[in-house]
Amino acid sequence: MRYLPLSDADRTAMLARIGVTDIDALFADIPADKLLKAPVDLPRRKGELEVERQLGRLAAKNVPASSVPFFVGAGAYKHHVPATVDHLIQRSEFLTSYTPYQPEIAQGTLQYLFEFQTQVALLTGMEVANASMYDGSTGTGEAVLMAHRVSKRRKAILSGGLHPHYAEVVRTLSHMASDSVVSAPASPLADEDLIGLIDGETSCVVVQNPDVFGNIRDLRPIAAAAQARGALLIAVFTEAVSLGLIESPGAMGADIVVGEGQSIGNALNFGGPYVGLFAAKQKYVRQMPGRLCGETVDAEGQRGFVLTLSTREQHIRRDKATSNICTNSGLCCLAFTIHMTLLGEAGLKRLARINHANAVKLADALAGVKGVSVLNKAFFNEFTIRVPGKAVDVVEKLAGKGVLGGVPYARLAPETGLDDLILVASTEVNSDDDRAAFVAALKEVL
Amino acid sequence: MLNNQGRPTAAGAATAAAHPTFTGNQALQIEEALLFEIGRADCTGVDLDEPAAFTPRLGGLERKGPIGLVGLSEPETMRHFVRLSQKNYGIDTGLFPLGSCTMKHNPRLNEKMARLPGFSDIHPLQPQSTVQGALELIDQLAHWLMVLTGTSAVAMSPKAGAHGELAGMMAIKAAIDAKGEGASRKVVLVPESAHGTNPATAALIGFIVKPVPARADGTVHVDDVKALLGPDVAAIMLTNPNTCGIFEPQIVEIARAMHEAGAYFYCDGANFNAIVGKARPGDLGIDAMHINLHKTFSTPHGGGGPGAGPVVLSDRLARFAPLPFIRRDGSHFALVETADQAGNVQAFGRVTAFHGQMGMYVRALSYMMSHGSDGMKQASEDAVLNANYIRAGLEDLMSLPFPDHPSMHEALFDDTWLKDTGISTLDFAKAMIDEGYHPMTMYFPLVVHGAMLIEPTESESRASLDLFIMTLRDLAMRAKRGETERFSAAPFHAPRRRLDETRAARNPILRWTPPQPIQQAAE
Repeated sequence: MRYLPLSDADRTAMLARIGVTDIDALFADIPADKLLKAPVDLPRRKGELEVERQLGRLAAKNVPASSVPFFVGAGAYKHHVPATVDHLIQRSEFLTSYTPYQPEIAQGTLQYLFEFQTQVALLTGMEVANASMYDGSTGTGEAVLMAHRVSKRRKAILSGGLHPHYAEVVRTLSHMASDSVVSAPASPLADEDLIGLIDGETSCVVVQNPDVFGNIRDLRPIAAAAQARGALLIAVFTEAVSLGLIESPGAMGADIVVGEGQSIGNALNFGGPYVGLFAAKQKYVRQMPGRLCGETVDAEGQRGFVLTLSTREQHIRRDKATSNICTNSGLCCLAFTIHMTLLGEAGLKRLARINHANAVKLADALAGVKGVSVLNKAFFNEFTIRVPGKAVDVVEKLAGKGVLGGVPYARLAPETGLDDLILVASTEVNSDDDRAAFVAALKEVL
Repeated sequence: MLNNQGRPTAAGAATAAAHPTFTGNQALQIEEALLFEIGRADCTGVDLDEPAAFTPRLGGLERKGPIGLVGLSEPETMRHFVRLSQKNYGIDTGLFPLGSCTMKHNPRLNEKMARLPGFSDIHPLQPQSTVQGALELIDQLAHWLMVLTGTSAVAMSPKAGAHGELAGMMAIKAAIDAKGEGASRKVVLVPESAHGTNPATAALIGFIVKPVPARADGTVHVDDVKALLGPDVAAIMLTNPNTCGIFEPQIVEIARAMHEAGAYFYCDGANFNAIVGKARPGDLGIDAMHINLHKTFSTPHGGGGPGAGPVVLSDRLARFAPLPFIRRDGSHFALVETADQAGNVQAFGRVTAFHGQMGMYVRALSYMMSHGSDGMKQASEDAVLNANYIRAGLEDLMSLPFPDHPSMHEALFDDTWLKDTGISTLDFAKAMIDEGYHPMTMYFPLVVHGAMLIEPTESESRASLDLFIMTLRDLAMRAKRGETERFSAAPFHAPRRRLDETRAARNPILRWTPPQPIQQAAE
């Protein structure tokens, strides 16, 4: 087996050194009737070539985003990632290192985490950010728990514009922790009255911006109303590129900001791995979940970085920890940091403008198709269209025409009965030809 | 001795310390400033064309003013991150004996497979008819995991080990609620030797954690579990092989006792690498166990993630598995995403958006297919053999807290042997850094004093193990001879000397901020 350096002669000599004759002597604590006598019923070993063939066959059954006009978003976005990013994250010293428990030989990881935390804090307009969460949805669940710790209340209000999967993650966690959740009804036009739901028991209000329907929201009135009642505003985003163009959640008064960072540096990967961004006001830092990297000095006074404030964490506090989280999303947050470094402020803002421009062009083109209406007044790179008939069928027929034309909202939230809505995203990867193909295909299938 | 330019090659009396460099660099070890100290607001390493003029539709919520980000050109970006990488130790650098973390070789075939556009460039919400191969891959991986563990269901979506624990404990809670015992069964038993994630997970969803004492031989005895059992107990969370590196000999009896008391058995699968192909947790009576794909099945640790933590479930828990899951119908694969599609499965909810860590699934399946059933069994045997070989090579110099059981894939030492030397486990670990090794896990498990948990994995050759043993023997003898400074001031040769963690925690600096203008700083 190519990954195993020991030869049979090595094994025999090593067993002799240990003082046993048979390997199973080392497995003596396994009850004899539970020790497997033969290999389990799975295929035997394969060379590289054969593994490549078999997995290649499975990969070939899927339709990659780059191969078709592609407009699918709803929480994960197709962006172009510079070649430099994927090269750098495959450097052995990044790829095959561990959580930086020994900081003297992990300064590479620690310094980029410090840079990542700074980038995220700036982008969200917040004072501090952590070293990342698993993804945006689990980060949202953790943000709600954090708000409960801060406010010492246990009721969350979820906007009807929150991604239904995110809402479901929060509801699952809250149900299990016996906390209460009030979910506002789905709100395709962003006309919900969240402020009216806030009461003296409310711990936090969770609002996504742009929301799942693509609407851009003014968070300021909600922040003010929540804070006046002693509650926190948790601002969520699923498209990090939007922060290059629209007002930051921090500037609009958010107490905690959490979002999905996949758009910067990371591939679609069929849903994971992604990278959750998590930022907050400085005064709440000791209630934050997840790893934090901090600056310090070494024994010779040189600047260096370490994981810090670990007394919040499970390996120290055990059942009193702020979270059970043990890892961050290291390599994905490295990809984010590198891509953001390449973009810089100028590049990010331009990328955001291109996304918005492409979405505006697409919205106008689709609005011209008979029977189709665009619901949004304000949006970034994603909007909602209403189609005659069932959105699920329309999207499936579009796929049959070789166009991946968005996400039927009902796939995410069938219980809402909003069967005629499609969430449509357009990024820098879409060309005029892609848009023309989408319009032509839509006309054919309607 | 002369080289061909006629200059002497001997260093003579000169030492490196007497000749500090202007830059602070030491040849290949180059100091690197922070991104924010070298980047520029107007610099970008990505060529993008400004879009043609258009009327924005942002509802008047445009960002005003600068963000504060900086950029670098592509060559500068490359150099910045390459230099940072050179300050890191990875498995590819050398032996990485971090106990409980299973730092094994990461085959690059797996990276190549995960980057096939058919896996990496597909969206989680594109029509299912366009991702049948992806669903088939997840289904295949699920099959391998169920066969290897002897279980009948697996929830694939958890994003990491601790997240798998959470999903497994949620399934247990859902099962208890379904029996109407939610209000009474609130206690989860957790041995003192457990990973910190276990009690943290149980507490996160409202359970009360009760510790189970370990016996003097490092194992949990069924009588100690039975003494704590009652109608208030929901589950036990037990790691097996345990964190002392020992296979729990009474695990079958413990499982039976839990079930007889109407409670469940959660197994922490962090140490599954020791027994893959040797024993199946399902045969031992477990009800749920997460599998760290980044440990046992070699997906890269990546400096702390991303991981993946599918959790296998027994028949007793299978119908409470979270959404989503895959249902196979002949050659068609359907993704069950919502409660109304779930049929008789009483899914307890959803633990993450989308369907989990696809990129890690591809890597793990590539690893499994490469090894096959025979190779995985051999890998486990080699992992256990290597750990016991290290133990045999060191046990006369370093103290074993639990000599009565063979080690599984990791050998646990304590610091009794360092008594009266003035040298701590931490000091010893830092001296290992100077010798070119990543230290072992220190001070964990908590049940032994000054723990040193060494897990070499199956990836090490005999020559590599021999050199490691000789190195640790040399250090151990130096420690016993009283060469204190070599340890207390170590490391000497790493990119940084020992870092002040107290200072970092007392006055947290968690991000870069622009330097204050000089006048202000002087005030």
